[in-house]
Amino acid sequence: MMFSGILLKQRSAIRGVALAGLFAAIVLNIAETYGFHLFKVDIKNMMHFDRFALFFNTVAMICTFIFFLLSAKEMEKVGLNYADYFALIFFIICGILLSSSFSSLLILFLGIEIISIPLYILTGSDKKNLKSNEASLKYFLLGSFSTGLMLMGITFIYGDAGSFIVENITSLSTPDAKPSILLIAGLLLLMFSMAFKVSAAPFHFWTPDVYDGAPTVFTSFMATIVKAAVFIAFIRLFNYGFSGIHESWKFIIAIITALTLFIGNITAVFQQSVKRMLAYSSIAQAGFMLMAVLALNSFASEGIILYTTAYSLATIGLFAILVKMKDYTFEGFNGFAKHQPLLAAAAVIFLLSLAGIPLTAGFLAKFYMIKSVLDNGGFLWLVILAVLMAAVSVYYYFRVIQAMYFKDGEAQAMEISVSFKGVIIAVAALVILLGIFPQLLLNWLYF
Amino acid sequence: MIALLLILIPLLSGLIAFFLRTGNAAKGWALLSSFATVAVSILGLTILSKPELLQFKAAWLPGLGSNFSVRLDGMGQLLCLLTAISFPLIFIATWSRQYKNAHNFFGLMLLSQAGLMGVFLAMDALLFYFFWELALIPVYFLSSIWGAERRIAATFKFFIYTFIGSVLMLVGLIYLQSQTADRSFDIDAFYKIVLDNKTQNWVFWLMFIAFAIKVPVFPFHSWQPDVYEQSPTAVTMVLSGIMVKMGLFAIIRWLLPVLPYSSFAYGEKMIAMWTIVGMIYASLLAWRQDDMKRLIAYSSIAHLGLMVIAIFSETELSMQGAMLQMFNHGINILGLWVIVEILERKYGTRKLSELGGLAQKAPAMALLFVVVALANIALPLTNAFVGEFMMFTGIFTSPISEYELFTVPAAGITIILGAVYTLRMIQKVIYGNTNPLTETGTDIGYNEKLVLGIIVIMIIAAGVYPKPFLDLTKDTTDLILKEANIIPVLVK
Repeated sequence: MMFSGILLKQRSAIRGVALAGLFAAIVLNIAETYGFHLFKVDIKNMMHFDRFALFFNTVAMICTFIFFLLSAKEMEKVGLNYADYFALIFFIICGILLSSSFSSLLILFLGIEIISIPLYILTGSDKKNLKSNEASLKYFLLGSFSTGLMLMGITFIYGDAGSFIVENITSLSTPDAKPSILLIAGLLLLMFSMAFKVSAAPFHFWTPDVYDGAPTVFTSFMATIVKAAVFIAFIRLFNYGFSGIHESWKFIIAIITALTLFIGNITAVFQQSVKRMLAYSSIAQAGFMLMAVLALNSFASEGIILYTTAYSLATIGLFAILVKMKDYTFEGFNGFAKHQPLLAAAAVIFLLSLAGIPLTAGFLAKFYMIKSVLDNGGFLWLVILAVLMAAVSVYYYFRVIQAMYFKDGEAQAMEISVSFKGVIIAVAALVILLGIFPQLLLNWLYF
Repeated sequence: MIALLLILIPLLSGLIAFFLRTGNAAKGWALLSSFATVAVSILGLTILSKPELLQFKAAWLPGLGSNFSVRLDGMGQLLCLLTAISFPLIFIATWSRQYKNAHNFFGLMLLSQAGLMGVFLAMDALLFYFFWELALIPVYFLSSIWGAERRIAATFKFFIYTFIGSVLMLVGLIYLQSQTADRSFDIDAFYKIVLDNKTQNWVFWLMFIAFAIKVPVFPFHSWQPDVYEQSPTAVTMVLSGIMVKMGLFAIIRWLLPVLPYSSFAYGEKMIAMWTIVGMIYASLLAWRQDDMKRLIAYSSIAHLGLMVIAIFSETELSMQGAMLQMFNHGINILGLWVIVEILERKYGTRKLSELGGLAQKAPAMALLFVVVALANIALPLTNAFVGEFMMFTGIFTSPISEYELFTVPAAGITIILGAVYTLRMIQKVIYGNTNPLTETGTDIGYNEKLVLGIIVIMIIAAGVYPKPFLDLTKDTTDLILKEANIIPVLVK
């Protein structure tokens, strides 16, 4: 297990230390995956580091690394407490590690809270901006409410099963007996609070305001890596804890998925600002990821890794470009391709990936999701709704492409360094590579 | 190896074209690469036509049961030949047109060629889907960047339309894969699937809508005239000459043999009726058009409709006729577009009402134009006559059709209407008196004579001696008819 160190307060070296620290964490995590332990702590079965969790940790930290490379400089513009932002992000990563590897509900709760509390602060970190403050307060109030729901749910489940360990929840009751009302109530409360954290409809109302209000660099982090981690926790919880009573909650998840897809996509169509559009698109993408929770088979677990990776890479890249723009509306992108052909081409690849066009990672990710649901049988209506909504998503993603390539205008961008361009191109190349050879990523799950 | 080369040459040279500095270099490069493709394609038809050379298979996504598997069969040979021949002709015919950022233009053109080749070669359903989209994306960018004024809205409609179709098809393909014995996307595994009638019906619609949008079959056609009109002519040639064949091709290869029952249940009745309505409607619209591009677009809906009916009537004659006609229609419509391109470049207009009297000013063009137009009407001695005659005979003698006494005459009316609108176009453009615009007209140059000459030779040659083509498509026809045969099931 790796816990991040507390960072220095020297402003100039902070970035370097953060990158080095994260790199060390990645190396240690990979070493851990292959059976090399730096130290051992007795965790009393509260956590379980399996292949899936460790692999996801690696992916999440690599994505964070890319995020630092692209956006660390931009964080300086947010406010004065530069070091604190890094420290908070490291806390979040710590929370991610906890929530991806929990085997006790208590650790799940701790992990989710360690993720959430720094996020409340990061959202409000632009102190002079009223919108940022408003977003932070909103997020905090609603977030604590959902935390309350989660605690309540955990209590109910403890009342029924007498244990916090997820494997024990349903294994104690006999398979054909009806699950008790306490268990069902607890399950629903947990489901709703997790749905809140991944911004699934109808628990999504905080998302657009928070994503829009938060400083753009942090929105990028929130919308990608954090969301992915909560999804992994979601899947893990339902896979280990409740797969025995799959039949009883499957339909509710299907309804939530359908609502999320519908509301996210349809609302995104009407947005004027690219940032807000991306907020709604992240709701829409969450709908697709929920299909993995619905299916819970081997395709789903491979698929969710691929999906979170594809989605995180593309969204981090897009936000990194967005941060450089002076005007966040669609019109602000007019003629961008003429001034920055390379960046525009990379942005096209990211958008195509989000829309799920073949040859990009996003296509295979969606493919895995659809396949995992179809393989279980049933829910054809959901799959058809999902693909139709994917077609709707083409509408708003392509508006950006149209603005960049087909319309004339003077897209204003800030100074862009060569290394920034290099990283963006590398990320875009990675998206294409994963779109053709997903095994490059997925094989690590097994070897 | 041949199969792989047909994809790789345009793909790689397309990628290289993006990095060429000047537009002229890119133009030359694109022409060179397209000649190489023609050479490979002809080699594949003649000396190197050995089974082991015509296919290629490599592991691709083992976890999903999908392989990179490409093979040239008869129908594939024919359509790859069409794709290979069309591109150099397009490049030569539009040689003197200047594009902004020409290296990107030619790069995207070659990429779309690679996608088209892939569609015709893929023997794996997932790979087929990949190429299906790969062919679409470059064309979308080509039309949206270099198109006319209303391009953005028109191409966007086109993209959304086809994308909805493709994703529904994807659901269908994934479902079919889950029904195969060994969970693979391989075409042979798909052909072995046996589904009950009810399941076939809904899978059929998932897949057919995608193909119908591409063709386009009547209620799904509304994207087409706008896109043809707004795209640069070189792209319109690709779209109408080759890309619409993707839909027909997919019906033959991926629909009839896989879902024989519902292809029979819907194809011969409901879809044939829609198509008839669409053909007559499109022919009437073509008659009233003033813009030549829109006229040809509507006429293309009518011609393709007949091929759809022929394919669904599932006889050897109609199937062979449809395949032959896919090739012929590609050549003929290419000829018509070349004429439009010449007229537009010389006189700055495509409107019938503003042209006239060109027979006096440009006799060579007038002659070649008339031959191409006659082929569009399917006059005997031209290639289209052979195809249409075979299709009509096939539909009429089909054991599974029940309404052939209605279908054939109704489709026959559109042939008459075809003569009406095509001759009207000829009359307005090349006969009559010259007007101030055409007063100063000159005849066409060497490269245009060359292109139109080649097209006319192919029209006549295939019209007089179509046997090589029919021999070529025989294997595919037999296979499809065997797999799609439901008569024993019905008799039982």
